[in-house]
Amino acid sequence: MLGLGADRLRADMNRLLAFLFHQGVLDEQFLQLQQLQDESSPNFVSEVVNIYFHESEKLLRNLRGLVLEREFSDYKRMGIHLNQLIGSSSSIGAKRLTNICVAFRAASDQNNPTACLRALELLEHDYCYLKNKLHEFFQIEQQRVMAAGVRYPIQN
Amino acid sequence: MAITAGEEVMARDSPPSGPTELHVLAVDDSHVDRKVIERLLKISSCRVTAVESGSRALQYLGLDGERASVGFDGLKVNLIMTDYSMPGMTGYELLKKIKESSTMREIPVVIMSSENILTRIDRCLEEGAEDFLLKPVKLADVKRLKDSVLREQGEEHEGCKRKLQDEYMPASPCDPSSTPMLCPSPPSLQPPSKRPRLLNVD
Repeated sequence: MLGLGADRLRADMNRLLAFLFHQGVLDEQFLQLQQLQDESSPNFVSEVVNIYFHESEKLLRNLRGLVLEREFSDYKRMGIHLNQLIGSSSSIGAKRLTNICVAFRAASDQNNPTACLRALELLEHDYCYLKNKLHEFFQIEQQRVMAAGVRYPIQN
Repeated sequence: MAITAGEEVMARDSPPSGPTELHVLAVDDSHVDRKVIERLLKISSCRVTAVESGSRALQYLGLDGERASVGFDGLKVNLIMTDYSMPGMTGYELLKKIKESSTMREIPVVIMSSENILTRIDRCLEEGAEDFLLKPVKLADVKRLKDSVLREQGEEHEGCKRKLQDEYMPASPCDPSSTPMLCPSPPSLQPPSKRPRLLNVD
């Protein structure tokens, strides 16, 4: 009976993932990361994602600082931050964020401050969305592990 | 076991040739990417050392001018995987420095990049890069790379043993009951210097 809880939670996780895939928020790279998770590294995905959140928030703060500068002109620095964000976002399968950053970079290359501001706002909004959804995902995963552990202590 | 029986006999009976486990030096300024590549390599049964910059990589390899003594940490590096876009020293610049080093130029260097730019790829391959991987790097990429590097190192080791057999052929016939160590191999067998792949000389 206790195992049912774990199964239901797994179904919830899969449903949430399918939803995020359907929305274009995540892509198959996220699944690749899941495949790298096993008993020897049971929290691999959440660890990587937490590093991503930590790195990204720094980059987002820098970007915001640059875009909102009165005499804004450091497009080169902006491009560097965006390249980093593009790289790490695609490494975790954050497809929508990657695409927004690419558009942001184009606006930056064209030295277009209005487009940059718009892109920044979209980026911040979607970043928050992704963060909330992934937190939800990992919370369900935690619950599932505990539920599975209660009945099947040595189960894989 | 006759000396002249052929290299196949020697190969079959001699100790394992080349490294069976790769030690990979991974270079990337992104913490996320370091974590991922580390995991990819560990899952592929490789030993990993991950550093965050080209200068750290050179330090680790003992190439930074601060003459490190033999065996900086005792672990020989069999493969270097480096990101292309890094602040300070790019992966391309790191590649050049490694290929310029007489001690390190034989180590295969793989460049990783999230950007599929043909001129970039060409430039790296011309400079002697073993391969160019598009990020995000997949498990299949790592497996293919590992197989290819192990095979090359095995071949080089065989080539070296053959060379040594020619040079150190014992005068008297070998005792068939003794352990077949037909040619004495030096303790640290250095593979013959590897020319850049594109030149195709050998």
